[in-house]
Amino acid sequence: MSRKKDNYDQSRWLKFKNWVDGDVDLLAKGMEARVPDGNTDGSGWTHGAQSLEAYEAAQEEELKKLPIFAKGFDPSVDHGLALFRKFYRFLSVLLCGSLILVLLWTVAYLPIFGNAGNPDNNEVSARYIERGLQETGAVNIVTGMILDYRAFDTFGESCVLFIASCCVLVLLRIDASSKDKQTEKRRKEAAYDRLYEPKNDIILQKCACILVPVILIFGIYIVLNGHLSPGGGFSGGAVLGSGLILYLNAFGFQKTERFFTETVYRRTTLCALTFYCLAKSYSFFTGANHLDSGIPLGTPGAILSSGLILPLNICVGLVVACTMYAFYTLFRKGGM
Amino acid sequence: MLEHMALNMEETVSVILFGIGFTILLLHQNLIKKIMGMNIMDTAVYLFLAAKGYISDRMVPIVVDGIQDVSAYINPVPSGLVLTGIVVSVSTTALMLALTIRLYERYGSLDLDQILLRVKEDERT
Repeated sequence: MSRKKDNYDQSRWLKFKNWVDGDVDLLAKGMEARVPDGNTDGSGWTHGAQSLEAYEAAQEEELKKLPIFAKGFDPSVDHGLALFRKFYRFLSVLLCGSLILVLLWTVAYLPIFGNAGNPDNNEVSARYIERGLQETGAVNIVTGMILDYRAFDTFGESCVLFIASCCVLVLLRIDASSKDKQTEKRRKEAAYDRLYEPKNDIILQKCACILVPVILIFGIYIVLNGHLSPGGGFSGGAVLGSGLILYLNAFGFQKTERFFTETVYRRTTLCALTFYCLAKSYSFFTGANHLDSGIPLGTPGAILSSGLILPLNICVGLVVACTMYAFYTLFRKGGM
Repeated sequence: MLEHMALNMEETVSVILFGIGFTILLLHQNLIKKIMGMNIMDTAVYLFLAAKGYISDRMVPIVVDGIQDVSAYINPVPSGLVLTGIVVSVSTTALMLALTIRLYERYGSLDLDQILLRVKEDERT
């Protein structure tokens, strides 16, 4: 019985959805963008050249243009430069040696390793150990510390990961509609990068069939047990991401694109980060105003315990897994 | 001084590793090797932090059997700091590698000197 609203095109939800999926160009009206000119100037990158020979010939052509092959480039001839290099090497070795010496000298005055009376074992860590279980409900004190006492810091960390993946996206993305020479060349390289590797390698595929489910289940286990045992969102997310990468390597992009595209990546990351932000804002707000947050801590040691730590771990795990996978796909073919 | 260093073996090793990473960062012209040096420096910092948090004959900070005595567990704070450090280093490494890829595509070399030469040539033309 669902009926589209009459003004669905104007609705806020559709605008929000378009914004999340990146269908709107935010700079379309406001900013004047300079379109790079010059499509092909006879450097061998015509649009239709598909064969490998043409690609390799053009590659060699490109290689010959490099300064190493250019005439008159010989760094050993330039005496001034050679002298500068020697001087630079000597100075760097001197600097590094003195740095190591100074640091070793400092180490000689540090408190003895493994001693309980060291000044870093102060009342902060004592408080975490003595009251951590009652205040956060997490058996794993480190998880209780980073996702409850210092949760804002962990939120910043997830955002650092997200921003890093955005920067890599900006740097390495190949725009499908772009026509300029550089992008054209990168697209060619991405298309031919697996030319000499076996396609549909049966050994890899069979191994991946056995390993990928185990890796994914292990990753989910680490994420869900973050408050009970060593692990948590970051390590579990990295395991999940590596499982996805193995699957991608064995079966290729056609299979992974059925369930993981750029849209999925955007939506998952946005939902996870927003939920993290809202949940922690709520608990900080109630905590700062001495209100009861109403989140049950549960029995310590049970899987459904320790309040917000389990959902936050899942959020962090999702962000990390998506980011690892995004890094890999971006480095490999410049897109998801 | 030497005996004290032998007692502080982990810290000594981490400091030497830090120096090795810094040397690689300064002496190598290859950008990928520079990034490796940076990562070695990161690792040295983790080793230092983890060594600072350790207390001999104590357990990992996971509560077992309801024991909540300070004298039973190691210091949990440096472990959290190492976790933060690892995440940030992964992010910066990915960013540096992406920048290196773009530099290689633009100038056709990973050698810093050659890249600078190419930049100067581009400026002249």
